[in-house]
Amino acid sequence: MQLGLQNCGVCGLLSQPPPLVEEGRCPRCDEELSFRKSASFQRTWALVIAAAICYVPANLLPVLTTTTAGGAESDTILQGVVLLWSPAGWPLSLIVLVASIIIPSAKILALAYLLITAQRGSGENSKERVRLYRMVEFIGRWSMVDVFVDTFTAALIQLQPLMSVEPGAGLFFFAAVVVFTMLAAESFDPRLVWDFASPKRG
Amino acid sequence: MYNQPISDRSLIACLHCDLLQRLPELPPGASARCPRCDKELWRRREDSLNRTLALTLAAVVLYVVANSVPMLGLTIVGREASTTVIGGAEHLWQHGPATVGLLVLFTAVIAPALQIGFMLAIVLGGYHERPPRWVGTLLRHQPTTRTWSMIEVMMLGVLVALVKIADYATVIPGVALFTLGGLVFVLAAMQASFDPREVWERIEWAEGGARPAAESEPMAERAS
Repeated sequence: MQLGLQNCGVCGLLSQPPPLVEEGRCPRCDEELSFRKSASFQRTWALVIAAAICYVPANLLPVLTTTTAGGAESDTILQGVVLLWSPAGWPLSLIVLVASIIIPSAKILALAYLLITAQRGSGENSKERVRLYRMVEFIGRWSMVDVFVDTFTAALIQLQPLMSVEPGAGLFFFAAVVVFTMLAAESFDPRLVWDFASPKRG
Repeated sequence: MYNQPISDRSLIACLHCDLLQRLPELPPGASARCPRCDKELWRRREDSLNRTLALTLAAVVLYVVANSVPMLGLTIVGREASTTVIGGAEHLWQHGPATVGLLVLFTAVIAPALQIGFMLAIVLGGYHERPPRWVGTLLRHQPTTRTWSMIEVMMLGVLVALVKIADYATVIPGVALFTLGGLVFVLAAMQASFDPREVWERIEWAEGGARPAAESEPMAERAS
């Protein structure tokens, strides 16, 4: 960036913008170039905050409603984890607990931490922070597990009047949390972590 | 307005920390990492196009089978039910939060199809000595389709659902379940055998062929 070169995030070609132009295009792949992802802080913050807001109804509203001859019963994500917990079923329960509760909240906290430290110009632990970013990026998709569990449980258990399962409103908010956090990870520019790092290295 | 490419073509900047460095010439199978932030910069693949083509064709076959036969079935007191992958999304579209149904359709059916289709076109176009520009367009979007293609996540979800349902009904795993299991590995191998840098180096430039092919400058030793 100090050298006035722009790196293409798509094809990896380094190029130099024409004089007096901020944003040129990559001559090889036609991608619009800039020194950093545009408005990375604002976009990532907006998506993280949206995810945090959706996180509340995602955990309070039911994701599945089971109707049997004896009446209807609604479960939230956490209740689903508790229901699965049994001497034989605890590994599955653990999968859902990690994928649906621990990963989404950890992702929101990790992104907020990355944003705050980068905005405050912290030059410490840059290597660890960029590693944290890669983890967030890599692990994000796995929170979708619960969406698929509920989708196929509901699609399969349609045995009216015996028993039927319907997805609830919580599932919508939960899916929104997953999508927002994935988009947030994508809009965050890890190079911001390094922009204030001590100039000794590199 | 197009940027001016720099003259030294072995110079690159790390995508994760922007460190300027020289990419060394690698033997097939070797990889180069950023000395500052440890990001993998390039992994050179052996026989990339042929292997990727073979795996992509295998993925096409598995994908078609996986989406045309039932994935899960169950019997409970003499009644039967079964569903396909698309059936699951369709049920949500009709009964549940419809947007979630769309999301399931996108991540489990559409994105994998795009991922495989784009790859097939890229590899076929990549056999040209100077791959045409549309290859670059697809190459640009292929990573996005990969991010949103979640077959392996769906598999884990289906297995959890299967065990959950097994408590009160007899579950019949369908042919598609095993096909999808195979598809997870074939897709991973397909992505791993593909070397995008190799195609980018040869591709026809957007700027109208003003640049000669990449091999003009010799690659220098790594300087960090």
